[in-house]
Amino acid sequence: MDITFAQYAWFAPLFPLAAFAILTAMGRGLGRAGAWVATAASLLSFLLSLLIAIERLGGTAEDYTGRIEWLRAGSIMLHAGYEVTNLTSLMLVIVTFVALLVNLYSIGYMKDDERISVFFGYVALFTASMLGLVLADNLLTLYICWELVGVCSFLLIGFWFRKPEARAAAKKAFIVTRIGDLGLLLAILLLYWNMPNHALDFTSLYNVFHSQSDTLSASLTTLIALLIFLGAVGKSGQFPLHVWLPDAMEGPTPISALIHAATMVAAGVYLVVRTFDIFEASQAALAAVAIVGAFTAIFAAVIGLAQNDIKRVLAYSTVSQLGYMMLALGAGSTAAATFHLFTHAFFKALLFLAAGSVIHAIHTQDIREMGGLGRRMKITAWTFGIGALALSGIPPFSGFWSKDAVLAAALDESPWLFAVGVVAAFFTALYMARLFFLVFFGAPRGDAKAYAHAKKSPAVMTVPLVILAVLALLAGFVETPWNEWLGSWLSGEEEEGGINGLVVIASVGASLLGLYLGWLFYGRRSSSGNPAAEKASGLRRILERKFYVDELYELAFVRPLAALGRGLDAFDRVVVDGAVRLAGRSVQAAGKLNTRLLNGQIQAYALCALLGAVLLILAIAGRRFW
Amino acid sequence: MTMLGSYLTLAAVLFCLGLYGVLTKRNAIIVLLSIELMLNAVNLNLVAFAKYGINASLRGQVFSLFTMTVAAAEAAVGIAVLISLYRRRATVNVDEYDELRR
Repeated sequence: MDITFAQYAWFAPLFPLAAFAILTAMGRGLGRAGAWVATAASLLSFLLSLLIAIERLGGTAEDYTGRIEWLRAGSIMLHAGYEVTNLTSLMLVIVTFVALLVNLYSIGYMKDDERISVFFGYVALFTASMLGLVLADNLLTLYICWELVGVCSFLLIGFWFRKPEARAAAKKAFIVTRIGDLGLLLAILLLYWNMPNHALDFTSLYNVFHSQSDTLSASLTTLIALLIFLGAVGKSGQFPLHVWLPDAMEGPTPISALIHAATMVAAGVYLVVRTFDIFEASQAALAAVAIVGAFTAIFAAVIGLAQNDIKRVLAYSTVSQLGYMMLALGAGSTAAATFHLFTHAFFKALLFLAAGSVIHAIHTQDIREMGGLGRRMKITAWTFGIGALALSGIPPFSGFWSKDAVLAAALDESPWLFAVGVVAAFFTALYMARLFFLVFFGAPRGDAKAYAHAKKSPAVMTVPLVILAVLALLAGFVETPWNEWLGSWLSGEEEEGGINGLVVIASVGASLLGLYLGWLFYGRRSSSGNPAAEKASGLRRILERKFYVDELYELAFVRPLAALGRGLDAFDRVVVDGAVRLAGRSVQAAGKLNTRLLNGQIQAYALCALLGAVLLILAIAGRRFW
Repeated sequence: MTMLGSYLTLAAVLFCLGLYGVLTKRNAIIVLLSIELMLNAVNLNLVAFAKYGINASLRGQVFSLFTMTVAAAEAAVGIAVLISLYRRRATVNVDEYDELRR
């Protein structure tokens, strides 16, 4: 067999890992040059991923699996390995591409930060662990990288750890996703116990769950699938574990782009796609995935309507779009989910980087203090607009095609899921229109001085924007209703093409209606109207408070747990510490008694000896009378 | 038999006197003397049993001779220790010999 690039796929995570090692070892000495080390590493990874993908584009290359024995303890054997399939190579390209652009962009965005080398080190590690996750050929390797991704997100969200909100957000992200991680770990353990030969690699999973054999009972399969889904819910910010994602906006903006487009949240969807064989074996699990996805899609979109932080609006749109992906998965279409993941990566990275460009220019994240920026920052406004149109699902932007695929899959499954998806699409268009018009149109509302100082972002920041904008425009054409190239490439089967008029009309109609209403409310009268004066109705308050989910968690989990913690703390202090102190004190008291007795005078000792001897004699003598 | 009883009584009285001196006296030399008294009480017991015991033999008397020899050596060492102690501490009061506590 010829040497293929796929054999060297394991270099892809190795480059950023090496960059991380270099930056950690001598980061301070490198200073700003460290940024270029990380960028060069991600460029190498990207080129390798591109070569692998091109090699596979021919459609003849076979899946490649490389594996080493990792641990052997008695009869237990654990493997570590990597697998290159069409799906893997697609994800590799997405991750490395977005990581490369984020690296480039950060060179401009973070140039004044004194911990810039630390930042790039974290980004490199983040990229490396995500690539490891993508390449993993078994669940255990995947899980290790999965946790690494979690750690990196913690480090990066809390990068500006001097801000208390950033610390809180980092902790929240870590703890909330931990709930999901626990589900995934339990699922892996269940699989480990129940799979033949303790196999955890995806090939064995495919064989077991596709053979319809009764290796695992139906209820066990459902349980495992639901636990895996719990892991995905945590990582991908699905309801009810979505609360960490908007708070994660405390991190630097390029990180938001990285987390939302390529690494962290994509991991959850990718996990479900990768283990989809298990889900297919359980109707109940699929239904749960679809319902959670659909609910999250509409729930987050509605919240997004009332947020005033530019990054938070985008965060809720990510939650909502991830809901779409889960909806597609629940409807049984991995192709639609992967396709939406693919296009979403581009336009969401674009939106975040453009938002970062805005924040970089005027140093506020509150859209009520923006406005009229379109005239100042032409490139940013144009690219943001393209991203917004793609997200809203307007043809021919990429988001239209993928959303169309998702909705078509949903319609096949159930008209209700389809209806929810369409309504969510309407809200998506509405909040994106609101965001776009408030930020870039009308008169400046905020600090006039900041507006006057707002200047165009440097080329190192705008070039990634333009590249992403082009892709957000064009990426959708890899899978159109009359040319399902991506789907058939991923599944290896010829898929029937066909356009569903109802889906197209409904989704485009909903999106256009949303955009029109958005223009009506925020675009037309924005020259005079002040969005701060929006009616503070009850519904609006509920939306601004995000349906009180955080407060509910605070009440239902945080407070009782904190009370329990305090109770246990008191128990520890009073009972456990008390017992320890009692033991110490009693020994001390006995010691004090003894020091009085043992005064160092030989005569006192002799007296003691005498008394002892007398007692002994009495005891021996007394035995006679018993 | 009565003779043995009176010897033993005398020995017991001597032993108790010595014990009392060891435990109560403040002067180290008196304490040493009291120890000698206790040893002699034991010697008296040995000799009494050697003469009037159930298995009377010379063994007890020989043993008491050894005891006296050892006691003499002990007294020599004890007095030497006492003298050196006195040189260091300038006192023979046993209450002030409390190095064990330090």
